[in-house]
Amino acid sequence: MRITDHPILDFKPGRLVRFTFEGREIEGYEGEPIAAALHAAGIRVLRRSPRLHRPRGFFCAIGNCSSCLMVVDGVPNVRVCVERLREGMRVERQEGHGELK
Amino acid sequence: MKSVEIAVVGAGPAGLSATLAAAGQGASVALIERDEHLGGQLVKQTHKFFGSARQEAGTRGVVIARRLGQAVREQAGIDLRLATTVLGYYSDKVLYLEEPDRLAKLQAERAIFATGASERMLIFGNNDRPGVYGAGAVQTLMNVHGVMPGRRVLMIGAGNIGLIVSYQLLQAGVQVAAIVEAAPRIGGYLVHAAKVRRAGVPILTGHTVKEAVGEEAVEAAVIWRLDEQWRPVPGTEERVDCDVICLATGLSPLGELMWQAGCRMAYVPELGGHVPWHDDDLRTSHEDIYVAGDASGVEEASAAMVEGRIAGLAAARSLGHDRDVEEKLGEARRELAALRAGPTGEKIRRGLESLRQGGDGR
Amino acid sequence: MSAETRRPEDRGPSGARRPGPSEALIRTGLPSAEDLERVRPSAERLTHGAVAVLECFQRIPCDPCASSCHHGAIAAFADINDLPSMDAERCNGCGLCVARCPGLAIFIVDEHHAPGEALIKLAYEFLPLPARDQVVTALDRAGREVGQARVVRVQRPKEKTDTPVVWITVPKDLAWTVRHIKVEVSHGA
Repeated sequence: MRITDHPILDFKPGRLVRFTFEGREIEGYEGEPIAAALHAAGIRVLRRSPRLHRPRGFFCAIGNCSSCLMVVDGVPNVRVCVERLREGMRVERQEGHGELK
Repeated sequence: MKSVEIAVVGAGPAGLSATLAAAGQGASVALIERDEHLGGQLVKQTHKFFGSARQEAGTRGVVIARRLGQAVREQAGIDLRLATTVLGYYSDKVLYLEEPDRLAKLQAERAIFATGASERMLIFGNNDRPGVYGAGAVQTLMNVHGVMPGRRVLMIGAGNIGLIVSYQLLQAGVQVAAIVEAAPRIGGYLVHAAKVRRAGVPILTGHTVKEAVGEEAVEAAVIWRLDEQWRPVPGTEERVDCDVICLATGLSPLGELMWQAGCRMAYVPELGGHVPWHDDDLRTSHEDIYVAGDASGVEEASAAMVEGRIAGLAAARSLGHDRDVEEKLGEARRELAALRAGPTGEKIRRGLESLRQGGDGR
Repeated sequence: MSAETRRPEDRGPSGARRPGPSEALIRTGLPSAEDLERVRPSAERLTHGAVAVLECFQRIPCDPCASSCHHGAIAAFADINDLPSMDAERCNGCGLCVARCPGLAIFIVDEHHAPGEALIKLAYEFLPLPARDQVVTALDRAGREVGQARVVRVQRPKEKTDTPVVWITVPKDLAWTVRHIKVEVSHGA
């Protein structure tokens, strides 16, 4: 859900680009945090916790808390609340601690 | 290795003000910011600031961020380092920096840590469900990135942040089911409370959240009443339809770098937690390190800007710079005292008193 | 509200002439009748047309209202934490302070705008902005629908980051009740 009209602010989004989430193609604005693009597409569950496999989303959205770690282009533990979206990125939910390949 | 006279860490209201004040004294300054933009959390503050004209009263935080950022970019003698994280401070006055593609070192005669604060969690059932978001996160998502955090939000906390973010949610077209506050009284400014009340948002004092409902993400919340001893009253549970539970339950100062640098830290509840001991010049127990803004004690951004000025001026003065520095310091100290003089500054005054006496003021 | 329930700390050195907010206001966010009585201009002044009503009940560090007034009706602050001190005789109801108050706590009320009709100027920071002559829902301080209001003017600021001020007329008996409006999104949006 994007805010189209705001009484105080004007949003200047970047170029609309495609990327994949769990293999599914979705769109977002280039340069916005990956988490913002996912949230706008209705995706809130970003990973599962290591031991109890509980669903987790973001919490602080400014790179402090590590609640939003995902696998991006094969790299685990990416803080998607601050990692900027680029065309063609491959974004996947992280299970547990993630594995370096 | 590059060296500067003063390194400022953090480009929020305190750091930007410190940078401008120090550079205005003729000091060479490096401003180091983890993010790619200047302004810190000001960039999501759409409300008008309080205070007086000297602290940009009546101006929205987003506009203040733009003005301060522009002033820093136009001021000569500032080495601006965005997207750069400070990893540590070492005894030879060297800061280790993580730049996007490499590690770097920077020597600084004085360092000013304006590292801000982080949001506090609250203990309740399923508090890790996606949809339980910090108030700052909600602001970032909607006011910086233009994405609605949800359809209907339950706000936890009626301090200034909870009240202001509720109003901002309404402005973004998001419903606010209610504002829940554990204390028997509204902690934020009553003018902020009035704004959300007349827009139809109830404020439930003496209530808290019991649990989040939803298997994969928040689908509702259960709230319940607290008695005079802050104990939940069984049987008073109420289900609230919402897809976001927004936590505005306070901030904790971010002092890791100062812990690591060996500054004497003190636990002062009134200042938000662990803060470095500091004097009226915002100088910590480490003679080369100053602190400003929420990292020195959680307070309003208007106070953070004045603290930044004081730290910047004092650090420059300690290196021999003097462009009417005493006069400017005196003026800034008077402004800060005035901001804290009223009933809403009582907690900060108490916290600083406790800190001066060594902290752990219980 | 009895005197004992007021917080003594809300009475500063120079603010002694006015007590702090009522306990009800601190608990609910809604001013009590007593809170409101203290900021209401005199009956005599109200007969002379539009006047500012400063619904500011708590001592906070804030003073832009004083410098916003070109008529000297809001006195300069000795202590930035003081409550505003208003000389209603010098106020002409222009409404400059309405858009400047960071707390959006100032309203202009003209009880004698037209027979049986009062004019209210209020800050409105939502979308859509109403159009002139549009009929909107009138809300009280608790957001309850209390009737209808007609929009007579919309002052749009030059900068989007400044605050629009909407002028509405309401039945005279609602002059002290209506403090917000609800604009239907379907209309003209």
